[in-house]
Amino acid sequence: MLQVGRPAREWMTPFNVVAGLIVLVGLYFIVVRFSQGLASITDASDDQPWGLLLSWGLFAGVPLSASGFALGTAVYLFGMKEYHPVVRNAILIGFLGYFFAVVFLLIDLGRPWRIYYPMFVSFGPASVMFLVAWHVALYLSCQALEFSPAALEWLKLKILRRWALALTIGLTIFGVILSTLHQSALGAMFLLAPGKLHPLWYTPYLPWLFFLSSIAGGLSMVIFVGMLTQRFLKRHADAPYLASLEPISLGLGSAASITLFSYFALKVIALAHGDHWQLLSTPWGYWYLVELLGFVLLPCFLFAYASSRNNVTLVRFTAIWTIGGIILNRFNVSLIAFNWSLPDRQLFHWKELVIILSVVTIQILTYRWIASRMPVLREDQQYQSE
Amino acid sequence: MKTGNPRHAFHRRGFLKRAAAALGSSFFSPHSGSVLAQDFPGREDRLGMLVDLTRCIGCRRCEAACNQTSSLPAPEIPFGDKSVFEEKRRTNAKTYTVVNRYPNPQRVGMPVYVKTQCMHCDEPACVSACLVGALKKTPEGPVIYNADVCIGCRYCIISCPFYIPAYEYSNAFEPKVQKCFMCHDTRILKGEVPACATECPVEALTFGKRRDLLVLARSRIMENPDRYVDHIYGEREVGGTSWLYISGVPFEQLGFPGNLGTTPYPMLTREFLSFVPLVLVVWPALLGGFYLMTKRRMQEDRAESGEPKKPEQTLEA
Repeated sequence: MLQVGRPAREWMTPFNVVAGLIVLVGLYFIVVRFSQGLASITDASDDQPWGLLLSWGLFAGVPLSASGFALGTAVYLFGMKEYHPVVRNAILIGFLGYFFAVVFLLIDLGRPWRIYYPMFVSFGPASVMFLVAWHVALYLSCQALEFSPAALEWLKLKILRRWALALTIGLTIFGVILSTLHQSALGAMFLLAPGKLHPLWYTPYLPWLFFLSSIAGGLSMVIFVGMLTQRFLKRHADAPYLASLEPISLGLGSAASITLFSYFALKVIALAHGDHWQLLSTPWGYWYLVELLGFVLLPCFLFAYASSRNNVTLVRFTAIWTIGGIILNRFNVSLIAFNWSLPDRQLFHWKELVIILSVVTIQILTYRWIASRMPVLREDQQYQSE
Repeated sequence: MKTGNPRHAFHRRGFLKRAAAALGSSFFSPHSGSVLAQDFPGREDRLGMLVDLTRCIGCRRCEAACNQTSSLPAPEIPFGDKSVFEEKRRTNAKTYTVVNRYPNPQRVGMPVYVKTQCMHCDEPACVSACLVGALKKTPEGPVIYNADVCIGCRYCIISCPFYIPAYEYSNAFEPKVQKCFMCHDTRILKGEVPACATECPVEALTFGKRRDLLVLARSRIMENPDRYVDHIYGEREVGGTSWLYISGVPFEQLGFPGNLGTTPYPMLTREFLSFVPLVLVVWPALLGGFYLMTKRRMQEDRAESGEPKKPEQTLEA
C-alpha cells in the first residue's frame, strides 16, 4: 500500500479504504484519551483498573507472539532445517506482536511518557511487573535484532547483515530465557490477587499455565498467518516457501497438539491441587469447562487427528480455534473471572473496542508493508547460496 | 604464644562464612534485603490505629477532617448528610476514607458504622506490586506514595485485597494513585495524631503504637466478652495491618473481606521470583548444549555427503 509513485487508484482498494477509516476513528479516540484522561474512553474503575486494552494488547497479544522464540529454537538450536522457510515470518509476527503490546501499554498507562522509569529512574525489583517491564523491553530489542538481517538485506547493507547474523544463536537463547520468564510472569502477576480472581482460574501454577499455552499460541499463529500469506501475499513469497507451508503446518499442528495436552494436564492438576471440583457445578464452573474442554482439549485432539490424516485445512481451522482459546483464557483471567464476586461490573467500553480494532488494523498494515518489501516470505536472491 | 590468637582465627572464619552466605543470598535471592524479608517482624515501635466499631456513631467527622487535612475537593453531599448511608460507598480518588452503615443483627435499630480506609499492611501487596517503588512502607507504619515516579500501571490497585487505592482516571496529564497516607507527611512526622482520630467525638479511633493497641484491643475484649466478638481484625490478616478493628458483629457481616488468610501477600509471588535466576542459568546450559550437538551433527552429515568440512559454518543463514 501507499507505494510512492503508484497512482492513487491502484491503492484505493476496498480493503485499504475500510482499513483507513477504522484507523482514523481509532486515532481520534486515542487523541481524546490523551487530552481528557482514561475515563473518556475506558470503563476502568477503582475496582477494575485494567480493562480490554490490556486484556487484548498485553495478556492475549504477548502469548500469541511466542511464535518467534518457538520457531527460532526449533530451527537455530535444534537444527530443524525443514522449518527454516517460516522462521523469519515467525520472528516478524513475534516482533510486531510485542511492538504493538507496548503500543497498547502506552495507551493504557496513566503516564506513558514515564515508561522507561523502571529501567533507568526508579526500581521496584520485588515486583513481578518489574520483571515483565524489563523482559518485554529486552525481548522487543532482541527480536528487532533477530529480524534485522531481513531489513538489512532489503537495505542492501551487507556488512551489517553479516554482523547481525553472527548474533543469531546468542539472541535465540537469550530470547528463550526472556520468553520463559515474561510469558510466565504475566500469569504470576495475578498471583497477587487471590481474593479477586475466581478460584477456578487462580492457582499457584498460573505462571506455568501461561508459559505452556503461549507455545501453543505462537505455533498456531505461524500456521494461521502462514495461511493468510498463501492467500493474500502470494506474489511476495518464493516457491520454496509456498511449497513448504502445508507440510510445516502439519508438523506445527502435531507439536501444538502435544503442547495443548501438557497444558490440559497442568490445568487438571491445578484443579486437583486447589481441590475445586465442587465449583465445576456452578455457572462459573460451566464457563471454566467451556474453556477447558472446548478450547484446550478439543483443539488438542483436532490437531492430533488432522496432522495424522494430513488434513491441512483442519489444522488451520484448529489453529484459529486455539488462538481463540488463548484469547479466551487471558480474557477470563484478566477481565471476566477477575472481580467475579463484585456486583454490577462493566467489562469494557465500546470505545476501547474501536481503539483495539484500529491498532490491530495498523498492525496488519505494518505486517503487510514489511512482508511485501523485505525478504520474509522468500529468500533474497543475493544470499540464496549461503 | 606459638600460633596466632585462636579467637581471631575463629572470628575470621565466622566472618568468611557470613560473607559467603551474604554473597550467596544476594546471588540466589532476587530480593534479599528488600521488603520481602520474610523474618523481619516489622519495627517494634510502628504506629497504628485501633477502630472500635461498637463506639462509632456514624457522625462522619473523621471523613470531614480527612477531607480538609488532605486538601481534597469538597464532596457533592455534605458530611452532615446521613442519606449517604443508603448506599455502600468505597474510597475513591477524592475520598480517602468512608463510613458505611450495616444493620446490627443482634440489636435491631442500633446499626454498625464501619470506617474504611487504607489498612497500612505490615507487608503490603501494593508495595510489592509497584515496579518503580512509588509505594513504600515507612518505618513509622504508614504506606506512602511518591507520585513523582509513578507510571500509572495501576497494579497496586489490582493487588490490594481491601479494594482501597483509587486512580484519577479523569486526569490526562498528572493522574495519581490516591489513598489514605495516615497523615504521614502532614501530621505524623510532626508528632501529631492523624486528623480522623483527633476529630472522633466518641474515641472510636485510638492512635498509638501497634503493639500497645493490640494490648488495648485484647483487654477490651476480655473485659466485655459480651460486647465484642473475639477477633482483632488486622492482627493477623494478610500478615498484619497497622489499622486494627474490634467489633460486636462478626466482620464478615460488615463488608470486611473474609478468608484473606495470614500470609503476607508479597509471599505469593516470592516463589516465582526466586525461580528467575534458575532460568537464567539453566536455559543457556541446556539450549547451548543442544545447539552444539546439532552443529556437530550437521558437520558430520556434511562430511558424509562428501562436502568439505567447514567448521565455521552454522545454521543461521
